[in-house]
Parts: sequence; structure tokens; C-alpha cells
Amino acid sequence: MKQILILGGGTGGTLVANRLRRELARHDAEITVVDQDDQHVYQPGLLFVPFGRADPDEITRPRHRQLHAGIAFRRAAIERVDLGSRTVLLADGTVLHYDVLVIATGARLVPEETEGLDASAWPERVHTFYTPAGAVALKDALAAFEGGRIVVNIIDMPIKCPVAPIEFSFLADWYFTRRGLRERVDITLVTPLDGAFTKAVCNRELSGLLADKRINVVTEFNTGEVVGAGADGAGRLVSFDGREVAFDLAVVIPLHAGQAYVNRSPGLGDDLGFVPTDERTLQSKTRPEVFVIGDAADIRTSKAGSVAHFEGEILVRNILHFLAGEPTEPAFDGHTNCFIESGFGKALLIDFNYEVEPLTGHFPSRFGLPLLKESRLNHAGKLAFQWIYWHALLPGRDLPGVGSAMPERGKAGLPANGTAATTIAAGHSRAG
Amino acid sequence: MPNVIYAGQAVSVSDDGFFTDPSQWTEEMAPEIARAEGIGQLTELHWQVIKFMRHEYQEKGTGPTVRVLGKTSGVSIKELYQLFPKGPAKTAAKVAGIPKPRGCI
Repeated sequence: MKQILILGGGTGGTLVANRLRRELARHDAEITVVDQDDQHVYQPGLLFVPFGRADPDEITRPRHRQLHAGIAFRRAAIERVDLGSRTVLLADGTVLHYDVLVIATGARLVPEETEGLDASAWPERVHTFYTPAGAVALKDALAAFEGGRIVVNIIDMPIKCPVAPIEFSFLADWYFTRRGLRERVDITLVTPLDGAFTKAVCNRELSGLLADKRINVVTEFNTGEVVGAGADGAGRLVSFDGREVAFDLAVVIPLHAGQAYVNRSPGLGDDLGFVPTDERTLQSKTRPEVFVIGDAADIRTSKAGSVAHFEGEILVRNILHFLAGEPTEPAFDGHTNCFIESGFGKALLIDFNYEVEPLTGHFPSRFGLPLLKESRLNHAGKLAFQWIYWHALLPGRDLPGVGSAMPERGKAGLPANGTAATTIAAGHSRAG
Repeated sequence: MPNVIYAGQAVSVSDDGFFTDPSQWTEEMAPEIARAEGIGQLTELHWQVIKFMRHEYQEKGTGPTVRVLGKTSGVSIKELYQLFPKGPAKTAAKVAGIPKPRGCI
């Protein structure tokens, strides 16, 4: 009887557990999922909470209810993983043994690593929508906001959902326009990257949107400190090289890290607590029996739910290979697919992988949703997606017409016969 | 894709001057690239960062952020900005002959 232990009952952990349970007979493998709480939050919904378009209750369901029959759920905090003895020590003292370990514990926010956000209470007028409580508090702050400078700041990468700060800016433009206050509100996106969009085709197609919506962008800004209201009532972001951006309301995306237990587990993670992972087989780089899915990995994909979904199919195949003593397949292509809410009932869709940047066209084929173009259809898609998340993605089903590998048909700039040829324009040669 | 000459050898670079093929880089080129970026002299600490940049690129397929540099390279963020005043993550990537650290979108 093999022991499959999955740490984390979020998007990745749940879909892997459900997929594996279908593949493995109950007398062949026990599957256990461990999580410190029983509240599964549909995180893409958090973006809409500050604008009164979603309620935290509507986007939260019990974790254990998303797991199929024959999967054990243990609600417990994790103390550490002992790779040598293949055991996991839980905070309550229980020791769990594993034959295969899946790390699916995601990323956590570590605001305290930024000066100014290190106290138990943040400075006044500094908010985040990356937690349910934060999103609700921000909703109240936005409702009371009558004019001034709003800054949306990514402290540094990596973050979950790199498009969310841009979406927030788009929605803020829509929100204040609807309230008749847009002329009195200044919206600025402050990013450590050298543009809101760094990929050539995205930049070409989407920078116009930022300009049209009068969203300012401050680039190459590495925030060293967040200072609350001073003598003139404004707060300010201060970069490591001494630049400042003043604000009347700041929406901060704090630094992210892996979960704390990773740092307590010798040999498991890197300095940020993410787990070094083979970006094609999804095995950890230190132990073949340890697999990693979703935000917990250090791989160069975006941290996004769609990535966990596309990884799931490959990861489960590789676990089965591993259990059978077969070589694992280096099959994951980095496929990522994201809706970008642009306000006014419209959204964009982007689709890309390790080799191919976001391109125009349609997804998943010529007769699909428009890529890199605002459309109401995409907005409807984004809203419908929550249903698909609970009813298809988490149960570990493939979505109709969409396989794990990034589709090439229907995209502009790739050969019509669908064989991958285009590499990212700026040139990226993989070492080794 | 433009070509430039460092240490007497032609290398291909992106439009904003980053190496597109890190294997074309040699240590001899670093001081030349650094001078073009306004860095006069490469000290031990500079080299520590350069080696770290190349190692990170090898391991992760992309250059590190300022935060990772500050945590893991052995050089503090304050020192990093002193060594590479125009922005350590980008400048050190250029000097180390690796592509620009990139965003996902």
C-alpha cells in the first residue's frame, strides 16, 4: 500500500488528489491531503471584492468538500519535512510517512519583510486585496475615497497572478468613472519591472489600454519602505535608490515567499521558501519522490491557477511513472492562460508557455475566445470561470477542447500547421 | 538582433543591450560592459554578484530580482545599489552576460 501525501489543499493539491484517486485503486494507494485550515478561497475572486462585485463568503468553500471519496483530509499545521526519513512532522506531533510527497502549499504573503509593513497594523491608507480581510477593508476605503492619488504597487516579483495589479488599476478606472469621480482620482501603477508589460506583443497590444484609461506607470521601482501619512497627510513609497511616490491611498501587493515549514525542512527549499523544481517533470530537484505543483515551486512560470491545472495532468502521469519504476516524462511546457479584466464589462485573454510569448489570435483554436483583445465574451468567460473552477478544474477534469499543452492553432505568428517554431522575441537560450 | 564587440569578439545582444546567448560571454568582457554602464572598476564584490547572476540564470532560466540578490548573493541591497547604481538586477545582468530579467506578460 503506497502512501501518497499531499501538503496543501488549495488548487493544485485538490486537483492532484482527485486525479490520482481516479487513477489508483484504493487498495494500492492511500491519499492524504494536509492543510492548516478548511477554507478554500477562489483567489481570482478577490480582485472583485474591493469593487463590491464579490463577497468573500461567495468565493470560499470548505477544502475537504472539494476532495473526492477515498481521500483523507487532515487539518493540521506542518512543522517540517524530513527528506531523509520520508516523513512529515505536523505541529500536533503526528508523524506521517510518505512514498510520494506532493508539495502544494502555495505562496504566502510576507509584508513584514518590507519596512513600514512590518508592524501588526499597516500604516493608514495602505491596503491589499490579496487576502479576504484586506479586500473587504479596501472596499470600505475605496467607498469613502472622494479624490486624490491612488498607487498600486508590486513590491517585488514573484507574486501570485502578475496581471492582478494591472486588472485592479483597470477596475479602479471603471469604478471611479461610474461614481463620477474619475477626474479627481489619479491612478498610478508602480512596478519593479521595466514596464507594465514586458513581452513585446503584450506591450504592443495593451499599452494603449493603460494610456486610454489614464493610468500612469512608474517603472524600475524597488520599494524599500512604505511610509504612512506624514505632515502633509500623504503617504509615500520610497525605493531603495531614494525615489519617492506619494499617495493618498496605496494598494500594495506585498512580498511573497513559500510557506514557513519549507525553511524548516533542510534541503527542501531555497532562500525564499520556494522549492527548486524541474520545470518539465515537476519533480523536486533534490528528491525524485517529491513532486511540486503550483505556486510553491521556484519555476519560471507565472504563479497562477491555470498553471497548476495544466501541470496537474503531467504531474499525475509522472507520479504513476515513478510508482511503476519508470522514467518520468519532461512534458510540462509552462502553459499559462489568464483572463485580464479590463473594466466596463470587458476582459482580455492571454495564453503562453515557456517558449512562446502571448500572441494574438483565438483560443483554444481559430473559433475560440479572442486573444489579447478586449471583448465582452472574455469578461463573461472570466465570470463563468468560477463555476468551471469548482465543478471541473478542482475535480481534476480536463476542460473541453483544452489539453495541457499550449495550443498553437489559432495563434498569429506561429506556422499554420501548428508546430512550435517561434521563440520569445528577446531571445532566451536555456542554459544546460 | 544587433552585434557588438567585447574583448575582441562579436556577441549578439537584444535591442537594449542584453546578451541573447549567455554562452558567448567571457570574464574578459565584463569590465568592458561595466564601463559602458558607468562602472569604473570591478571589485571582488562586483564579481561575487556577477557569478551569482550567472549561477541563478543557469539554475532557474532567468536572472534574479533585487530581493533575491539581497537575500542570497551575500551582498546586501544597500551595497548592491552602491555597486550598480542604475539598478542592480538589470545592470548586473548586462555585465554578467545574461538576458534581461523578465516578467511573465
